Amino acid sequence: MHNEHIDEHFSNRNIAEMHSDYYLVGIEDYPKTGWDKFKRVVQRSLKGELFVGLWVVLREMIRFDIHTIKYPEEKMPIGPRYRAVHEMKRLWESDAERCIGCGLCEKICISNCIRIDTRLDENSRKEVTEYSINLGRCIFCGYCAEVCPELAITHGSEYENASDQREHFLIFQDMLTPLDTMKAGAQREFEGFGAITPHEEERVKKTPLAY
Amino acid sequence: MEMAYIIESIIKIVVILLVFSGLAGIGTYFERKVLAFMQRRLGPTNVGPFGLLQVAADGIKLFTKEDIIPAGVVSRIFKIAPVITAATAFMAAAAIPFLPSFTIFGYEVHPIVADINIGILYILGIMGVGLYGPLLGGMASANKYSLISAARGAAVFISYEVITGLSILAPIMMVGSLSLIDFNEYQSGGITSWILWSQPVAFVLFWIAAFAETGRTPFHLIANDHELIDGFGTEYSGMRWGLFFIGEYANMFFISFVMALVFLGGYGDGSFLGALGLLAKVAFFFFFFLWTRAAWPDVRPDQLMWLCWKVLMPIAVINVVITGIVMM
Repeated sequence: MHNEHIDEHFSNRNIAEMHSDYYLVGIEDYPKTGWDKFKRVVQRSLKGELFVGLWVVLREMIRFDIHTIKYPEEKMPIGPRYRAVHEMKRLWESDAERCIGCGLCEKICISNCIRIDTRLDENSRKEVTEYSINLGRCIFCGYCAEVCPELAITHGSEYENASDQREHFLIFQDMLTPLDTMKAGAQREFEGFGAITPHEEERVKKTPLAY
Repeated sequence: MEMAYIIESIIKIVVILLVFSGLAGIGTYFERKVLAFMQRRLGPTNVGPFGLLQVAADGIKLFTKEDIIPAGVVSRIFKIAPVITAATAFMAAAAIPFLPSFTIFGYEVHPIVADINIGILYILGIMGVGLYGPLLGGMASANKYSLISAARGAAVFISYEVITGLSILAPIMMVGSLSLIDFNEYQSGGITSWILWSQPVAFVLFWIAAFAETGRTPFHLIANDHELIDGFGTEYSGMRWGLFFIGEYANMFFISFVMALVFLGGYGDGSFLGALGLLAKVAFFFFFFLWTRAAWPDVRPDQLMWLCWKVLMPIAVINVVITGIVMM
């Protein structure tokens, strides 16, 4: 049934009949005789279309409705799901790092730009010793943020990452939310891939397993 | 007397050179600003107040850029071509009265380098010689786009030069002189005495031809960026390219002066207001060059030639004939 519909759609390419919103613009027959050509020239010359064009641009100049964004001073607002340079979040409760060193982000990274090294500390807890993202390789696909079970690695909103070195690594400490930001309660949660959806808590209470 | 005349002429020449080289630079600034405003942009804003020093920055860039003579070009002709463009543009200015004569320190100054009695013929001739800049530059460049540009330049030149000459013939018949000062005197009786009212067809034809003459947008064929890169200027760099540029903008100013003097009454009775009026007319014509660039698309070369030969030339000839009949 479904296939038949698609077949019909593909075999019938007459747009004008299927969707009446479509119409053909300004395709007149080409003038055949010299007299027709002459009539067309006169018609076009006296129509005053050139002056319409002049008026349109002059109107915009007078209206002075400038759309330029003066980039270094002004910036376009970016969406909360924008995937820019990564950030490492801390736990709200303890200010400790969220990262548990599971290594999933390193595994899933399709451009192999994440390197993570862990060890067991004196309390036999896993500790992240090395964590770097090679931003020169990163394609900002967002898989790492999506796969992270702890919402630890996320994308931030810093997109101005020009450098004179191609391989300026991004080190764990640079990405980690600074403690004073944490103290001020100013850590911003990421709303993109892998983030919990709004009002998730209410839904979790109702049906924990459906989550 | 003889010595004083020579000194006066040299001073005038230097002043015209400096003023119009500067105006060419400021013209680029206004072109950017006007085009930007018409396209809802801001144009240059960062260098200096309102971006005014962008002109200086461009000048410094042009002067300090390496002067590259590519391998394979005909080096001598390649080097001389931009000079021809700029020099002919400024040479044409010799017969243009830029302001009414005024008295300074008890000395009467005529702001015209040489009031020769064949002024218009001289201006049109020199502007015609200006074609050799793009033509030689394009042919010597060893670049096929430059070559196409040069060929287009030659083909288009013949078309519009016919219109220029024929359209201005009717006003010349009315005035009976080729000197632009005589033209101005003929129309010194106020707005009603402007040749525009008695020769509107000639005015429109000359205006159209002026667009082709200066290579401005509806007829921007010989350096059409989206077809020919920069046409004859493709292989040029630094100040050699800058000379082409100065020539183009100076030409725009001078042709605006010619149009204002021939058709719109020039400086009228020679008063201060008349001088301001002349500058206002020139400013309008210059603005119109920028205005059309924002509003109108380019035509193809064959369309321009069709327009010039099949439409404008017959109209110009008929105009001349009718003028002759009326004058008899």
